[in-house]
Amino acid sequence: MAGKGYDHAIRMENIRMSFGAVLALNDVSLAVGRNEIVGLLGDNGAGKSTLIKIMTGVLRPTAGDLYIRDESIDWRSYSVLASHDHGIETVYQDKSLGEKQPLWRNFFVGRQITNRFGFIDVASEKEIAQEILLKSIGFTGAGITVDSLVSDLSGGERQGIAIGRAMYFDADLIVLDEPTAALAIREVRKVLNFIGGIKESGRACVYIDHNIAHVHEVADRLVVIERGEIVADIAKGEMGLADLTDFLIELQGRRENVPA
Amino acid sequence: MSRPEIKTHRALWQEIEGLPIIGVFLALIGVFMVTAPESFLGYRIYMTFLGTVTPPLILGLGLTLVITAGEIDLSFPSVMKMSGLTFAYLVKFEIFPLDAGLADKHDLLPYLALLAALIVGAAIGFINGVLIARVGIPSIIATLATLFVWEGATVILSGGLSHNIRQIGDYSIYDVLTGRIGPVPVQALWALGLAVVTWFVLNRRRFGEHLLFIGDNPEVARVLGVDVVREKIKLFTLMGVLGALAGVVLTLDNKNFFTTQGSGYLLIVMAAVFIGGTSITGGKGSIVGTFFASFIVGSIEAGIVASGLGGFWTRLVVGLVFLTAVIVHIFMENPRKFEVFRQLVGFRFGHRPGTGPPGGAVGGAGPPPPT
Repeated sequence: MAGKGYDHAIRMENIRMSFGAVLALNDVSLAVGRNEIVGLLGDNGAGKSTLIKIMTGVLRPTAGDLYIRDESIDWRSYSVLASHDHGIETVYQDKSLGEKQPLWRNFFVGRQITNRFGFIDVASEKEIAQEILLKSIGFTGAGITVDSLVSDLSGGERQGIAIGRAMYFDADLIVLDEPTAALAIREVRKVLNFIGGIKESGRACVYIDHNIAHVHEVADRLVVIERGEIVADIAKGEMGLADLTDFLIELQGRRENVPA
Repeated sequence: MSRPEIKTHRALWQEIEGLPIIGVFLALIGVFMVTAPESFLGYRIYMTFLGTVTPPLILGLGLTLVITAGEIDLSFPSVMKMSGLTFAYLVKFEIFPLDAGLADKHDLLPYLALLAALIVGAAIGFINGVLIARVGIPSIIATLATLFVWEGATVILSGGLSHNIRQIGDYSIYDVLTGRIGPVPVQALWALGLAVVTWFVLNRRRFGEHLLFIGDNPEVARVLGVDVVREKIKLFTLMGVLGALAGVVLTLDNKNFFTTQGSGYLLIVMAAVFIGGTSITGGKGSIVGTFFASFIVGSIEAGIVASGLGGFWTRLVVGLVFLTAVIVHIFMENPRKFEVFRQLVGFRFGHRPGTGPPGGAVGGAGPPPPT
């Protein structure tokens, strides 16, 4: 599982990100321990998703430093593929799977198994996809096969597929971007159990959610982002759920009372 | 852990690529065999189809990839003109004069002219790709513009003149690309080979899988590690090369370059791709479908004329076959919609949706018999 030779799964220092005149992230620093679950909270547009996209190589920041497993990373050579190579896997709310594609293609797109002539080895991919379905996800019920299309699956099943994929590829850091949005309660429970599983397996996780109760339940540490800045960093146990909710409401009130 | 709900399995006939369109094709040929037996029961007319269908088929294969990736290319008729002009100009003014009065031909030089034409096509396609993927112009607008640009460039460069290259028949390139093996036109064999290659590119290569995901949702493709910009530029460059190949094949087959060549292909090639079951919304493309649909579109005119209906009917029947094919595809994709259709039409069909092969429905909804 995760290697032992480092303190932080990821460390980002003084990240700035501007889109034209808009400053999306202003001097944000965030470190995630080797076996730590960090919950990221914040309103829409606060900068959570931008931070996640920088972390996973989708976006390149305007300024700032990145360390993965304590090693400095050059932005110029950093990309989504490079983040996979560094053991970072992401499960996006609704952007993790190609809907019209069969499951086996979804497991391997971007890292296809090919034979020596460069053709996709469909038999091997399907075999491994089958294994992921049964072992990592536990889809033993009839009906879902490696040939099923994503569009035939429910929201919870889709998250299960994306999460199972991250597990299979043995990530050291799993980034979950609102994985429970639009899920039924029973499905949410599965996702929260999975996050517990990440902790048990010795991996790190960054977990973004709107739902304070979900984040509070599973995170070791809560980081609150407002308008592109980190405004609070709360260790687990420091605050109960009720206190946390009051604190966030107060924080929001303070912001709204500040003259622009 | 609770078990997921049981899903309806996709039926076998939904899994075989292009099956509905093969059904439509056979039904159409069947109709023509009845209405024009003297033509359609012999082999000659099929050899003619094999010859004439090649350029639109080559274009359709490329366009299938483009539409699968959620894009469109309208500029290929102009690529055919530019590549045809390049080829015809080089052989007429650079290669033929070299051979004037010689017994020995510079037999391999026309292949260099072919290469030059393909490079021209690649360059035009590359520019399309950059405009679309890097500059961010929607492909329908970018390629509509370049359709005009390169057509205009062809007219200016050629002075509006055609180029007769009749002597090309003495060179091996003519036999290699457009000759005949027995009764079979060679270009059809090339097109068949190209169709097989394109099927593997789309279904078994990384590039093809990336096109499927880009067409499905470019944002998903990006987060899964697909270099969307690079793959799109590659895609349009490939389309340019195929357009150029189609242009040269047409020029060779006619032994003549016309400034208007390719103009008539825009709509029929697009129709063939959609009849073949490739999705306008991207993420799904059928090479087998495009292959048979190209033959459907290519055989309708001859079939109608031979049936005694007259050429005026061609477009009407193409349109009806187009609609029939698209409706069949929708039902194949989602059999529940059949119920909606049944209520809309207001009577009961003989068989329940999803229980039999589509051939029955296809036969009933095929082109109306002449009255």
